[in-house]
Amino acid sequence: MNVPAAWYLVLAALLFGVGAFGLLTRRSALIMFMCVELMLNAVNLTFVTFARTLSDIGGQATVFFVMVVAAAEVTVGLGIVVAVFRRRSSISVDELSELKG
Amino acid sequence: MSAVAYAVPSILIFATAAVLILVGAIGVITLKNPVHSALSLIMTLFGVAIAFVAQSADFLAAVQIIVYAGAIVVLFLFVIMFLGVDRRQHVSVEPLVGQRVFAAVGVVITIAGVIALMAKAHWVTGAMSVSTNGVALATGQDNVKQLGTAVFTTYLFAFEATAALLVIAVVGAVLLARRERSLQSDEVEV
Repeated sequence: MNVPAAWYLVLAALLFGVGAFGLLTRRSALIMFMCVELMLNAVNLTFVTFARTLSDIGGQATVFFVMVVAAAEVTVGLGIVVAVFRRRSSISVDELSELKG
Repeated sequence: MSAVAYAVPSILIFATAAVLILVGAIGVITLKNPVHSALSLIMTLFGVAIAFVAQSADFLAAVQIIVYAGAIVVLFLFVIMFLGVDRRQHVSVEPLVGQRVFAAVGVVITIAGVIALMAKAHWVTGAMSVSTNGVALATGQDNVKQLGTAVFTTYLFAFEATAALLVIAVVGAVLLARRERSLQSDEVEV
């Protein structure tokens, strides 16, 4: 018998927490993107766990779409990072402060 | 509900996945060199793939390795090396006073709240799927069949929408990353 769903849900919650902490504390745009990937993976893990527990393939289908959207997000995000780096020679988000009033 | 009731292999698989996921995730946020962070991210992605296989999501595990570890992380590495930012990142400098502490407190409160809520609600609530009549999801080849059937019937509209989204994303990324002299000089004057 497989381990209870609760174990995987707690693991996903911890992974989400680590990703969120990194997103809040790291200043490099690239690392922040990686932390977003960590959080997305945590949510995917939750979806798969619920799909297993409720015997519903819809959870896995959702993960499929999350992966597609994550791929699109990374493509555009890294494009923005490259564009910002061209202009400012830095990808530290602390230096992108033109919009402050 | 003692842990003894569960088969030892499944516990071992869970432990392996958990160690890979958590060690990789902590590596991503603590390592100074972005290249090391990206490699650490691959470790987490493999751990998640193991958890997927253990929960009869075989197709998604394969996609996880191919798309995430194979494409997205390589994209990250390309950008890191293209920009030449694989130098030290000052992790020790704290731009905002007390930022780490506030972040840690906020994250701990969020996680504790989520876990407490789930534990109170018996972890998994909701109805069993009617389409499978409560039978466990298939593994291996049948998992691909099940998932494919769902994606191409129930979720067909979402599937078509993701196709459009991917095209838009690719065109947008090319536009963003393209080097255009005249446009740049115009914008600088503004």
